[in-house]
Amino acid sequence: MTTVPIHDAASHGTTKKVVTWREYKAAQHFRNKEEEFDGVKLGMWLFLATEVLLFSGLFCAYTIFRLLYPQAFANGSSYLDWRWGGFNTVVLLISSYTMAASIRWVQLQQYARAQANLLFTIGCGGLFVLIKFLFEYTPKWSGWFFFLDPALSHYPDSGQRALGGLFHFVDGYGGKRPGELFSYAFSSDPYEHLWWSVYYSATGIHATHVLIGMGLIFWVYLRVRKGMYGPTHYTGVEMAGLYWHLVDLIWIFLFPLLYLIH
Amino acid sequence: MASIDNRNANTIGAAAGHGHGGGHHDEGSYLSSRGGLIATIWDWATTIDHKKIGVMYLSAVLMMFFFGGVAALAVRTELLEPVRNPSEGVVTGQWLGSFLGVESTNIAKNNQHYNRVFTLHGAIMVFMVIIPSVPAALGNFFIPILIGAKDVAFPRLNLLSWYIYVTGSIFGVLAILLGGVDTGWTFYTPYSTTTDADQMRVVYMVLAAFILGFSSILTGLNFVVTVHKLRAPGMGWFDMPLFVWAVYATSILQVLATPVIGITLLLLIFERLFRVGIFDPGLGGDPVLFQHFFWFYSHPVVYVMILPGMAIINEIIPVHAHKKIFGYRSMAFASLGIAAVSFLVWGHHMFTSEGELAATVFSALTFLVAVPTAVKVFNWVGTLYKGSISMTPPMVYALMFLFLFTIGGLTGLPLATLSTDMHLHDSYFVVAHFHYVMMGGTIIAFVGGLHHWWPKMFGRMYNNRAAIIFALVQFVGFNVTFFTQFVLGTRGMPRRYASYVDEFQLLHQISTVGSYILAVGFTGSLAVFVHSLLAGKKAPQNPWGGLTLEWHIESPPTTHNFHKEPIVHHGPYDFDTVLPPGWDPEDYPVPNAREQAAAYARAAHSHVGHEKH
Repeated sequence: MTTVPIHDAASHGTTKKVVTWREYKAAQHFRNKEEEFDGVKLGMWLFLATEVLLFSGLFCAYTIFRLLYPQAFANGSSYLDWRWGGFNTVVLLISSYTMAASIRWVQLQQYARAQANLLFTIGCGGLFVLIKFLFEYTPKWSGWFFFLDPALSHYPDSGQRALGGLFHFVDGYGGKRPGELFSYAFSSDPYEHLWWSVYYSATGIHATHVLIGMGLIFWVYLRVRKGMYGPTHYTGVEMAGLYWHLVDLIWIFLFPLLYLIH
Repeated sequence: MASIDNRNANTIGAAAGHGHGGGHHDEGSYLSSRGGLIATIWDWATTIDHKKIGVMYLSAVLMMFFFGGVAALAVRTELLEPVRNPSEGVVTGQWLGSFLGVESTNIAKNNQHYNRVFTLHGAIMVFMVIIPSVPAALGNFFIPILIGAKDVAFPRLNLLSWYIYVTGSIFGVLAILLGGVDTGWTFYTPYSTTTDADQMRVVYMVLAAFILGFSSILTGLNFVVTVHKLRAPGMGWFDMPLFVWAVYATSILQVLATPVIGITLLLLIFERLFRVGIFDPGLGGDPVLFQHFFWFYSHPVVYVMILPGMAIINEIIPVHAHKKIFGYRSMAFASLGIAAVSFLVWGHHMFTSEGELAATVFSALTFLVAVPTAVKVFNWVGTLYKGSISMTPPMVYALMFLFLFTIGGLTGLPLATLSTDMHLHDSYFVVAHFHYVMMGGTIIAFVGGLHHWWPKMFGRMYNNRAAIIFALVQFVGFNVTFFTQFVLGTRGMPRRYASYVDEFQLLHQISTVGSYILAVGFTGSLAVFVHSLLAGKKAPQNPWGGLTLEWHIESPPTTHNFHKEPIVHHGPYDFDTVLPPGWDPEDYPVPNAREQAAAYARAAHSHVGHEKH
């Protein structure tokens, strides 16, 4: 039985050969592949727990400010279109299915199908972010742009000062600006900006997770294409799947809280 | 001279072998380099060996400890004299101001500089020194060895978390170079969201804490999986050394508490950049919400800081008293108990900002922490009782820990009691209390652990007498510095002030002199270590007569730690039945060594043929 000590292979970087799933042996400090798979899975679940706790802060803030300012939240929520939110929910649910399917196809050595499913999942993620950005964020910003201009560092609002002359939001048509500025001119509640703060923080951080997930799945896709995963070794696909399902799950909670409850 | 015969096979049993790692008997120590300077640096920078990563953490932590220490000395120097005259500047404020090129005679400006120096001290010591000190530096090095593994579960992630730590520290230093932050390490809103509103440095400092949190999460996650999955055959949960138990409890805290500070700091950054208003009362937000979020993390993190200190004492005391630890299981459960209770007591940092009922409940819960903590202290003392104590430097540090930590722990009780806390809140009493726990507890244990494992890590002995002398200098300096602060606190000196009334001057001066003595002590310890590296005697395999797995292997260990997968036949502290491996009775006498040797030989014999797998 010959094994390459992982330390030497990695620390000297001489072997860049692709290890296919048939040749794959567990990293040298694990006794076997099963133990390694269990370990990685435990690590991934712990990581998912940290993600849930990260979002729990946002859910907590949502609950508190909803209780403090119910009218502001009802008003703010009414500006969201549940149809876009609902459509995005369906997109993510379908992508969760294709992600799960791709794991199965890898296990069955149906690599073409596995790759198609992975690409479709990435596509769904892209569609989600696109809808979010084009049809939800942009109309609300209505003409607001990020750009660099030190000359504007004393733009009249206090909100601009914090930006240190780097980024500025430029007023186009009097839309909803970040923070205290995230409110309509005709906003009926003085605390409506808190609704927008929670909305943009929660969906923004979630969208960042979608983008990270897409990157992760693309990395897995490349490895599937190289033949690195198969029936006896599919750790990466499964872990990317777990991450993607969690991102999906968080949206499942965000959607009713933000779009459906008034 | 101790015998360094390679008795691995005899003492911990030769595994039938599962193929990996076999046939590497000629491999050198993990420290040996195979090329020139550039190659060596590259080798270290890209290493996934947990021992090298541990040493890299150690260097980084010691460097930050130096910076944080200099800031502490600057704070103490400032407090030698009160600022009586408004035209007089704050000394360190002026000094820092001139260093940063923003010198000013404006008294308010100089007070701000003072605020920046103590924030610098607090933030560096908490986020960059104490939190990573034991788990990331010593834990990285010894957790895999103590459980008989070749590495942590995710070696690349381990290296990544070191780089994340360095990135976070760079942001922290950047914030300092841009002029420093005067929020205190707690970043309380709305002050932290409004101070220096036109500057980015508060954002950088908060970002630094956010990034360091990531590093902490990844290290914790790595250790949890390592302990669950990579224990050697024969090592059940209750055969693990107690160091592993305590670091395991710490890791769980790191994984479960840090994400909450992650989102809090992220929202704080959003607050500064976009004025989201979640924490700003001016915008309808809730500053108390920030405090809840912050302490929901930062209270468990107090135990992230102290549990690893206890972990080290768990190892030092039985080994240097040559006696089985008293109450092994209660020790293990006390670690988990402290971890569990720590999630329920964050409100005791907020007695003045929460409701009366909540304060009462949190006060009661806080007393609960004292129970498992006291169990530990009693067990350590019980272990020492009738032990055969060798007064080695690590043992001296352990005794110092017992003394200082007990004072630190007991002075926590008046702070948990609402009626006394009314008076002691935000006074020097609090400062003294947490320095007795954080510094007298964790830092002293960390330095003690460094003395305990130094021969194993670097293969060199150090001068015992010098090490003990400097330990005692630290002990004296520490008590002179901080015991006076208990007195100052009870007399009403508030924390975080650059000036004070004249009556306090003598006590402040005593405290400042103490901090200089402390500095001498730590510099001395550093000199002892440097001397050891340059001219120390070669360390034997088992200088102290320990039984845990790190004493079964060479000093310093080889790259793969063990030549063959170890099989564990005896508990970590079975000093009554097992003779320490590779140990020379000339070094430190153990009672009835001959009987032990015989018992050990019988035990080893009886295991032949039915080894556990």
